Amino acid sequence: MTIAADTARPAIIFDNVRLGFEEGDVLRGISFSVAPRETAVLLGETGTGKTLVLKLAAGLIRPDSGRIEVLGRDLGAMTERDLLDFRREIGFVFQEGALFDSLTVEENVAFRLREEHVDEDEIAARVHESLEFVEMAEAIAKLPGELSGGMRRRVSIARALVSRPSIVLYDSPTAGLDPVTSQKIITLILRLRDLQGVTALMATHRLQDAFALANFRFDPKLCRVVRAAENGARGGPKTGFFVLREGRIYFEGDQHQIRDTQDAYLARFLE
Amino acid sequence: MATLTPNRTGQQVEPESRPLKSVVNDAIKSALLSVQDNSVLAWKSIVDVFSPPFYFRDLLDQMDVIGVGSLPIIVLTGFFIGAILVLQTAAQFARFGTTALTGDAVSLALIKELGPTITALLVAGRSASGIASELGSMVVTEQVDAMRAMGTDPGRKLVTPRMVATVLVLPLLVGVADFVGLIGAYFVAHMTLGLSGPEFWNHAINAPGTNDLIQGLSKPLVFGFIIATVGCFKGLKVRGGTQGVGRATTSAVVIASVSILVTGFFLDKLLLWFVP
Ligand SMILES: Nc1ncnc2c1ncn2[C@@H]1O[C@H](COP(=O)(O)OP(=O)(O)OP(=O)(O)O)[C@@H](O)[C@H]1O
Ligand SMILES: [Mg+2]
Repeated sequence: MTIAADTARPAIIFDNVRLGFEEGDVLRGISFSVAPRETAVLLGETGTGKTLVLKLAAGLIRPDSGRIEVLGRDLGAMTERDLLDFRREIGFVFQEGALFDSLTVEENVAFRLREEHVDEDEIAARVHESLEFVEMAEAIAKLPGELSGGMRRRVSIARALVSRPSIVLYDSPTAGLDPVTSQKIITLILRLRDLQGVTALMATHRLQDAFALANFRFDPKLCRVVRAAENGARGGPKTGFFVLREGRIYFEGDQHQIRDTQDAYLARFLE
Repeated sequence: MATLTPNRTGQQVEPESRPLKSVVNDAIKSALLSVQDNSVLAWKSIVDVFSPPFYFRDLLDQMDVIGVGSLPIIVLTGFFIGAILVLQTAAQFARFGTTALTGDAVSLALIKELGPTITALLVAGRSASGIASELGSMVVTEQVDAMRAMGTDPGRKLVTPRMVATVLVLPLLVGVADFVGLIGAYFVAHMTLGLSGPEFWNHAINAPGTNDLIQGLSKPLVFGFIIATVGCFKGLKVRGGTQGVGRATTSAVVIASVSILVTGFFLDKLLLWFVP
């Protein structure tokens, strides 16, 4: 976490990253960076490679070419073993939750702490705190199969943040959820950002989620979500927008630029 | 390779026709590559035994699932294999008036060949498939990626415990199968040939020498290793959803079984060479 304190250097840097499969290139030279404590929203239609970008950022897959730097470390130069240690500083919320389906909610959330041999009293406290944060404390003894989709998503957020990572990667956290649950999850992300100052990269195809992140903030004193003064004003958290299209970053900017755009492709997103 | 392959949108596309030679080449290449990948995984599973982190809990769980779980079927099968062996040979022994040798023959056949091979084949059917489908489902639902994302090495957490558990447990299961097989053999020998307890058991116990025991109990070590690593490899390599899991499960059993028979043959040769 000491590296993240270096505020001058971006927390995540992608430099001309390419990745392809047998069917052809999916990412054709992606470059962007995310500053510490910034929230970057990765927009794109289905199949544009949002999940791949997140997995690349966590070092779960390696690019064909290009450079990826996270928390000051060049992922390309690291062995799988180094990457395993490195990933303990990152939280990853998978698109489908990816909870261990034979473990209870408690065991899922505690997984990483048990791996690190944290003592059981502290594990109990932190698991409870995490589950409380996502309002899932009553489901602690359940198996993932007994939860609804939205509940699973929340448990998976709890699991990602239990180790207090400095970067959290959210893969389409609201996809397929009803507006109320989506709202709850966005509120969680806001709280995490504004209370703990995590850097976040969020993939989504819902522009309204991105706007919610840019236009609202969590007020710790009032204990609720309020309208943000201005994106990034007065040292507040910034929200950046990136739109992926056909393997490239098609648009990069803030919420005003994307709202006032004349571009026909982006306009489709706004509907 | 020559089949219709679904493209990105899931529609079937006509493959461009390719010369037979390149198809055969690709098939050989991919077969060799997967042998290589399997060896890498197998080798890593051994190396990981010698450095932390260790997962004793998972090891015990797996020994329970693979060992204790296989006991009923091993006991049942072992008994009938022994029984059938005597049933088949009793007539010959009676014809030559050598019924006293029943114990020797059955015990040698069981301990050297049938015990290890049949036990391994049964455990392959049960555990190679179980391992492949469990790990395969974990891959498909991204649980393996989730594990990696949390800094846990799936090789250490999933593969090594299964490998060590199978290697430790299979010789024990073979011992059980041998013993129960002899009981089955005695049962039939007593009923059909009228052999008494001492007549059968003295021969059965004295017939196999140390070499035969070494041969009979060293093979399962190798077989166990094959079963677990093939199961893990097939499981971790799953692509293509639930169907992929099904295919992986089937091919894990087929590959493990064939490998057991083939390596069994070569191990016999090799062991004869070392311990004639
Ligand atoms: N393992 C793989 N093998 C082959 N192609 C893949 C693989 N993983 C992803 N792809 C391809 O890469 C493209 C991008 O996939 P990705 O999962 O990143 O999309 P996405 O933007 O996350 O979509 P969604 O919004 O539906 O989650 C897709 O066209 C997909 O077919
Ligand atoms: Mg995705």
